Parts: sequence; C-alpha cells; structure tokens
Amino acid sequence: MGSASPFPLNKEELLKVYRTMRSIREFEERVHLEFAKGGIPGFVHLYAGEEANAAGIMYHLTSDDRIASTHRGHGHCIAKGVDIHGMMAEIYGKGTGVCAGKGGSMHIADLDTGMMGANGILGAGAPLVCGAALAAKFKGDKGVAISFVGDGASNQGTMLESLNLATVWNLPAIFVVENNGYAESTSAEWAVSCDSYVDRAAGFGMPGVSVDGFDFFAVYEAAGEAVKRARNGGGPSLMECRTGRFFGHFEGDAQTYRADNEVDQLRTENDCIKIISKKVTDAGVIEQGELDAIDKEVLALIDDAVEKAVAAPPPAPAELHTDVYVSY
Amino acid sequence: MARMLSFKDAINEALDQEMARDESVIVMGEDVVGGTGSPGEDDAWGGVLGVTKGLYAKYGERMMDTPLSESAYVGAAIGAATCGMRPVAELMFVDFFGVCMDQIYNQAAKFRYMFGGKAETPVVIRCMVGAGFRAAAHHSQMLTSVFTHIPGLKVVLPSNAYDAKGLLIQAIRDNDPVIFCEHKMLYGTEADVPDEAYTIPFAEAAIAREGSDVTVVSLGAMVGKSLEAADALAKDGISCEVIDLRTTSPMDEDTVYESVEKTGRLVVVDESHPRCSIASDVSSLVAQNCFSSLKAKIEMVNAPHVPPPFAANLEDMFIPDAGKISEAVQAVAA
Repeated sequence: MGSASPFPLNKEELLKVYRTMRSIREFEERVHLEFAKGGIPGFVHLYAGEEANAAGIMYHLTSDDRIASTHRGHGHCIAKGVDIHGMMAEIYGKGTGVCAGKGGSMHIADLDTGMMGANGILGAGAPLVCGAALAAKFKGDKGVAISFVGDGASNQGTMLESLNLATVWNLPAIFVVENNGYAESTSAEWAVSCDSYVDRAAGFGMPGVSVDGFDFFAVYEAAGEAVKRARNGGGPSLMECRTGRFFGHFEGDAQTYRADNEVDQLRTENDCIKIISKKVTDAGVIEQGELDAIDKEVLALIDDAVEKAVAAPPPAPAELHTDVYVSY
Repeated sequence: MARMLSFKDAINEALDQEMARDESVIVMGEDVVGGTGSPGEDDAWGGVLGVTKGLYAKYGERMMDTPLSESAYVGAAIGAATCGMRPVAELMFVDFFGVCMDQIYNQAAKFRYMFGGKAETPVVIRCMVGAGFRAAAHHSQMLTSVFTHIPGLKVVLPSNAYDAKGLLIQAIRDNDPVIFCEHKMLYGTEADVPDEAYTIPFAEAAIAREGSDVTVVSLGAMVGKSLEAADALAKDGISCEVIDLRTTSPMDEDTVYESVEKTGRLVVVDESHPRCSIASDVSSLVAQNCFSSLKAKIEMVNAPHVPPPFAANLEDMFIPDAGKISEAVQAVAA
C-alpha cells in the first residue's frame, strides 16, 4: 500500500513515467550492444542519460501536438508514443520499420503520433515547428509544437531565426535546448557565447527557464508551464535542460574529449532514473518491487523488438522507387 | 470568359481564387503584404513587385508578412504543410534560396521518402528568376536546374500569363512540394486568360509553334525568344517546331521525342548556365532516346558560365536572344 503522493502526479501516472524512462534506457542500452556486435547499420546517436527530459516534456502532450527532434531522437520518439517494435525495425533498416526502412535512426518519424522526425540536419526542426505551431493557431485547436535541439544546434541560424519568428507571430511553440555539454566533441562551455540560454530567450522576447535535466520533476514542472502558456495563446518559450549523455556522440566514439571519470560519475550520481526511483520509493508512493516488475516487462519488450527486427525482411527492392512523390 | 491579363495579374488571380476556394491556403513572405507594423498603409506593397497586391484586404491574417528570415519562414511553410495547411511561401528572388536551401532540399523534398510514404508536404515556393532587370548577380539567376536535380521537388517555369495561372493553381492543389519560378521579365506580358479557375497538369509540354525542320525546346522567357527566332527563320524557309516544357520536374519527354523523331534536329534554349542545365539534360535524353532519328548534332543556347553581370551591354550579351537561337538553328539545319 503506497502513501498519498507528495508529487504532482499520482502513483499510476508516476508508474507510467517510470515505464517511459526505463523503456528509453533499455532501448538505448540494447542498441548500444547490438551496434557493437555489428547488427545495426549506419550512424546511431544514443539518448541514454537524458530520459527525464523527454519524459517530463512529452507527458504534457497529446498525439495532436507536434515535436521535431534531433539526430539523438530515439528517446523523443518513445516518449511521444512511437511504436517500439517499429522503431527497432527501422534502426535495423527493415521493411517493417516505422518508416519502412527508408529513414533509419536519424530520420525516424511518425506523424500519427505527432513526431515530425528525428533530423540529420542540426537545427532544421526549429523552423518546421514554427510551421506546426502556425497550423495549430490557424486551426484553433490549442495544439502546441516543440522543437528539440542540443547545445550545439542552439547556435544554428535556423534556431535563432525561429525564436524571432515565433515571438513575432506569437506562436504556440516551445524551444527546448537539451544541453548535454557537447556538440559532438566540442564543449558547450566554449561554443555557446552566452552564460545562460535564459539570456537568449530574453533577447528574443520570450520567457526562458533553465532546469536540472536529471530531475524529472523539475523538467515536468517547467514544461508544464510552457505548454500551458502556449496553449492559452501566451506565445513561445525557451527551455534549457542541463543534462548529460551516457554514451558518445555516436556509437564508436572513443570519447577521449571527456574527463576520465565523467561518464562513471554521471551514471552513479546523476542517473535520472535512479533519482526518480529513489524519490518515489523514499516517499513510499511506489515500492521497489513495482519498479522491478516494470523493468522486467520492458526488458522483455525490447528483447522481443530486437528479435522481431532481426528476423524481419528488408524492404522489397521495388521500394527503392516508391514514395518520392504523392504523384509524379 | 477570357480577357487580356498580365502575367503578374494572372499570378495574383490564381492566388486569389485558390485562397477563396480553400481556407488552408495561406501566403507568407517578406513584404507580401508590405507594411505590417509600419505607421503608414497596411497593404503598402503587396509584394516587392506588387504581385500580391490587394489580397490582404480580402484574406487578412492569411496573408502574412515575415521577418527577413528565409530559413525560418520557408521552413515554417514546409512544417505547416505537413500539418494540413497549403502554404504558398514567396521567396522573392530565387537567388535567396542559398540561405534556406536546407529546408527545401533536405526537409520538404525528402519527408515523404524518409518517412516511408506517410508524409504529404503540399507547399508552393514562389520565386522570381532570370536576368534582364539590370539587377546583377544576386537577383538575376536561373537556378531551375538546381531544383530539377533534387528528387521530391517539382519545378515549374511558365512562359506566359495563361500558363502562369493554370500552373500556379495546379501547384497549390498539388500534394508535393513545388518550386514555382516566375521570370521577372514576363510580369508585364499579356495573354488571353479565362476568368474562372483552371489547372494545367504538370509534365504536359505545349507546342508553342508547329514546324517540320528543327525542334526548338525552350522554357520560361526563352519561349518568346525562340518564337521570335522561328518567325525570322520561316522567312528563310526553315520551319521550327517550338516546344515549351512548362515544367522541368516532372518533364514531358514524350512530346520532345515525338518532335525530334519528326524533325531529326534539335536546339535547346535555356537561360541557365550550360553545364548540368535543362539544355544539357534535354540534349542528353534526346541523344539516349532518339539517337537514330538525329540528322545533325544537337545545339544548346545558354547563358555563359559566368555570374549575371550588371553592365547593360554585358547583361544583354549574357541572355540568349533570337539572334543566337537563329544561328544555332541554322547550324543544325545546314
């Protein structure tokens, strides 16, 4: 029997959040292993360590709300509700993939769940999100659109132009900077000209907030305010999530640019899943056994997704030529 | 009922009729209204050359001025297109594509393929192309072939007011991204244009003049110059068949092949630079598909491989004219 929740979410909701975060972690840890074994082609960029951001922000969205993701997009997909089997098959380049095997890790998209795509071009999602927000405004459906960029792409012209446009057009858009400290190997400390992203928000005439991206509740609360403001016609916001990635920029990155014990320290002291687990169990809202049960279910789900992805056929050869145009 | 209408007014009428028909059609761009937020007239410009003048009064917030920010608003048009809108983004001059090309060739063009056929991006990007305005290297290019190269884009270049209206309405109703190129030297030219809305399908070339000796394939402002050359050549007893491609992606290859099979001689006239141009593309296709019909080598008439110059005498030399077209025709007809 759990106590009444001192958190903004009840027990059932917290279990849902935990399942989302654990699903992302398990997915990414497994892709890491399978990539190392040589089963996954191309480039993959893993989100492990940053789960609290995707889960905390997406919790406020419905499938009618749109997001545009980054090259590091698996976590955003899972939190937005994209089918895990379809995602895994896509990463393996299979015909059963969510994009029929023609997108891959860097282009996973599922418009039915409002996921406008991971993106191989950094910062490219920000203008697209302005368009999604504009469409929501014209339709008057109270929809919001969220653009994710890393600290690296936060410096792109597309991002900065979009901040300006969103304010000028008073769009229901939110710009999330997931600052994991590195643009590939280049430090954000060095490459970002301002001390805080909040300063940039002020420069573009919108509210800005910087949150501890390892703390689900901090992200959840800040995102909630931004989403509410956008839905109510209050315009765009900028949100920085200070976070860290457990893996390299891409799989195969030796990460020699990082401090010797940096990743170990992240995993022991700043693991967002450990942090939320401790909070909810310490408060007596959820028992460890309940979390362990979710872990088991998620593990089985990811096992099954990998097994089915491996067994699935590649796209039919004729698919090379399909779906370039609606009609031509 | 048809009446004489300028190319510019035909574009305006196409936008007007489509905005009236379909509420999801919105227009955005720098100065498409002209004057938003300024102390003077709201609808001061209606586009830098007045093409969208008057639409703001009818459609209000669906006519949207933008900050000077091509990446953001062209991208926004593309994003809105994936969310059920039919945006027409005006880029002003094609030369400005350089600052927002990623949104066009990596995003709009590829969504459908990358996303396994699940995305539709019904966006139109209007832009002015071509030389002759003494506007120099950053406002005079003919970049049609750049877009034609990219899978996922459709590319339109009308030669007259009638086609401009029908092709623009088709572009707005089309469910793929369309680059709609308007030659700025044609804005003042007039044609019989029906009052009512009508469409011209893509990949249907027009035979602008029938003939039997030499096939002249052209597009945009080059159609008029090819017809001028054909008139002069007729007096010398050379009969030219002038084909107006109208769209370069998709392109009506069959009409070109049928004509070459009849005449056995081909001149391609294209205002872009010669390398990797529409002219070289058509030449290559004809060489591959009609080789046995050819009675002479193929001639291309292009702008030279230099940026558009400013000085009037140089720009006049830069643009293909009827004289150069006639020389090319005479060379293959000999």
